[in-house]
Amino acid sequence: MAINFTVNGKAASTDAPPTTPLLWVIREDLKLTGTKFGCGTGLCGACMVHIDGRRAFSCQTQMLEMAGKSVTTIEGLSADSSHPLQNAWLAEQVPQCGYCQSGQIMSAADLLKHNPKPTRDQIVEHMSTNICRCGTYQRIVRAVERAAREA
Amino acid sequence: MTPHVAIETLNARSSRRQVLSRRQVMIGAAGLTFAVALGVDRRAAGAVLVAERSGKTLSPWVSIATDGTITIMSPATEMGQGSMTSLPLIIAEELDADWSKVRVVPAPPIDAIYGNPGFGGMMYTAGSNAVTSYYRPLRVFGAQARRVLLDNAGKKLAVPLEDLSTEPSAVLHAKSGRKLSYGEIAAFAEVPDKAPEVKPEALKKPSEFRLIGKDVPRVELPGKVNGSARYSIDVQVPNMLYGAILRAPVEGSVPDKIDDAKAKVIAGAVRIVRLPYGVGVLAETPWAAFEARRALTQSVTWSRTGTAWGFDSDKGMERFAADAKDLARGATEWSKIGDARGEMPKASSVFEAEYRCDYAYHAQMEPLNAIASVSPSGDSVEIWAGTQSQSIACEAPAKVLGIARDKVKLHDMLMGGGFGRRGNRDVDFIIDAVLLSKEAGRPVKVIWTREDDVHNGRFRPISAHYLKAGFDPSGKLTAWHHRIAVDRVGPYMDPVRYQMSGGKDFIAMLGADPRGYDVPHQLVEQLYRDTGVRTNPLRGISFTANKFATETFIDEIAVKRGIDPVKFRLELLKNTPRAVKVVERVAEMANWGKKRDGRGLGVAFIDYSGSQLAGIAEVSVDRANGQIRVHDFWCTIDCGVAVQPDNVVAQTESSIVYGLGMSLSERISVKNGAVEQSNFYDYRVPRMNEVPAMHIEVIATDNHPTGVGQMATPLIAPAISSAVMQLTGARLRHTPFTPERVKAALG
Repeated sequence: MAINFTVNGKAASTDAPPTTPLLWVIREDLKLTGTKFGCGTGLCGACMVHIDGRRAFSCQTQMLEMAGKSVTTIEGLSADSSHPLQNAWLAEQVPQCGYCQSGQIMSAADLLKHNPKPTRDQIVEHMSTNICRCGTYQRIVRAVERAAREA
Repeated sequence: MTPHVAIETLNARSSRRQVLSRRQVMIGAAGLTFAVALGVDRRAAGAVLVAERSGKTLSPWVSIATDGTITIMSPATEMGQGSMTSLPLIIAEELDADWSKVRVVPAPPIDAIYGNPGFGGMMYTAGSNAVTSYYRPLRVFGAQARRVLLDNAGKKLAVPLEDLSTEPSAVLHAKSGRKLSYGEIAAFAEVPDKAPEVKPEALKKPSEFRLIGKDVPRVELPGKVNGSARYSIDVQVPNMLYGAILRAPVEGSVPDKIDDAKAKVIAGAVRIVRLPYGVGVLAETPWAAFEARRALTQSVTWSRTGTAWGFDSDKGMERFAADAKDLARGATEWSKIGDARGEMPKASSVFEAEYRCDYAYHAQMEPLNAIASVSPSGDSVEIWAGTQSQSIACEAPAKVLGIARDKVKLHDMLMGGGFGRRGNRDVDFIIDAVLLSKEAGRPVKVIWTREDDVHNGRFRPISAHYLKAGFDPSGKLTAWHHRIAVDRVGPYMDPVRYQMSGGKDFIAMLGADPRGYDVPHQLVEQLYRDTGVRTNPLRGISFTANKFATETFIDEIAVKRGIDPVKFRLELLKNTPRAVKVVERVAEMANWGKKRDGRGLGVAFIDYSGSQLAGIAEVSVDRANGQIRVHDFWCTIDCGVAVQPDNVVAQTESSIVYGLGMSLSERISVKNGAVEQSNFYDYRVPRMNEVPAMHIEVIATDNHPTGVGQMATPLIAPAISSAVMQLTGARLRHTPFTPERVKAALG
């Protein structure tokens, strides 16, 4: 039975088995590959998306939970890479390998949406869900602070 | 049109020609194209320009289109270290290119043109040596290309060469005020058969650099903030299946009985395939492939082949340590200065200590994966992969399929981290896709789960270190003996290079000598061990373990003799001015002399392949739970010319965080030959709330550029050990410094 949901403002439907994680439907069926597979266990945050306006691990979200829900992926964060966080990420030259950065930006976007002027400690606490193996953490903090300042 | 083009390699020892198929050499850009062949025997000086007006035949380093677009090939693969920007930037500097008009393209896998002079001409991005090795040849080539443009402009304007100069992407004739853009010249340029000679003194002076040493934004970052950057895991090709592999629990085992009843009934599972080293699953979706693989886990029995059966890393470590300090145990000489054997017995006092380092895992964020599409007749294959060596990524599949290397078409993709994991000679993760595609007769994308990636990791080896120092009556350190029992790496990860290096296990042994320090008699010995466990270079390679041992030992000597550890190092480094500078400066930055309440400071210095680094850690220790916290880390690095200074800082931040994990929490253990850890819950890498504030200063000098991609990693463990000693009086001698080990040391 098809599951209907919304992705980046557009209607989507899948007949994947209901226990399939959202991650794989987004990546392989909808071809929105900015959302990454990192650990499959909700430990690294590479798969972070927004579901109904809050961040969520797409690898830990089964399709059976998705009926009627609205998903935003990195591709839908802004129309032209112009979200203040995307600008700040480039201004601070944050990414190295870049693989975790979609998830980092989606986590940060969730923070700023609900707390537009976070303290440094709040940034660190919120962002510690996401692993960056290249260790870009110091620049991520700077970029979130910059985006909060310039937004 | 001829079907093939021959490129003469300018190897002084041979005139062998590499025949390139048209598919490999086609490049779309129209305009003037240049190619340069680097000598494959490191004598890269000889270079030639070969050109085609329309860009239709040769695979070039640079092409210039009539609209002024300059396409530059990037010979190194990109895993986050920034070579995709810094290498083309070096060409652009001497070419005097307008960087805003430069487009960077990954070079095709043609060793004769793009090979890394630092690795005998194979295309291999490792050892933080891309800028180091390519720096000179790329500058010469850029200058030669500029010279051709100048010559053409001179002819066109009918003026002597000496009246011409360049500004970014244009040739100027100052006397008449005339100017020709590079794009305009490309429309009429004639390119000589032989490259113009460019003498070293004709290259730019550092003071004339417009790009080197000035930061430009990294070229591939825009795609990394909007999800459009493409890694191999993102590739889909028509008619593709997905693959997953169940590998043997112990390296060297092969599948015996396979009961696929539970696996093949999983919705979406297509076929279960016996492979030489495991069991493959073909499925319609990645999730179905993973589910079917999971269903196989308890349904396969394995042969008891392979050296590692029964191996226990804790017990192995005990044996290694006992052997290292038992001087009667045979060892091979690794490096030697003076006569440490003869001098040690004459020493008026001696000091000895032991150190240990556990297995560690790369944990690149992108789990290993590749896509292969083997042709129906099996005579060619197309591969999409992130690899540290384009050469190996072509050679290994060719060997497996029994086809010529030029029948492998490689799409070299961005890597979601490398750290050394993606350069082993057998490219296990690519061969998975090749074998399954051959079986399926369709393209296959194989994805490893994180658990696969951990269980079948290729680890930094375990090592046990015994060190002994001898002092003369004045207290001067005169003799140094370092014995290392270490699991072999070279013969396992790359037997070809191991053999080429004369059987030297560089990846296990580099960094074991006290380089930079004035110690007249030094002996380093290796106790070669083969546990059968999968081993590999890992960021910081052997420097991480060996410098932990040597720097902690230096620190212990200083403490024992009541000398300040910074002062002691400065004394030993007095003949090495660049080293003195990094140590003095980091001590200033950290305000070294100032005591902190409840915190300790510790220092380390290393010469890592010519780069000079010093680091100071400020730590506290929770005595109740054994948890170490690093609050601040100060670091200085002199890497000679800093091609991209902000990227040097970024790579150093990255190296520090990596070193922090290796020092505090990252540990792989092996029981009965199998890896015990599985995912990020039991292999803990640093998170944002665990990293220190990092204060990094690049001390740029005009020396030849040396590496930056991993150089700070080995500083962290000895600096922390030194700081914990200063704070608590307890010495940590076994990485990682887990809470249990810290509590045990505190007593």
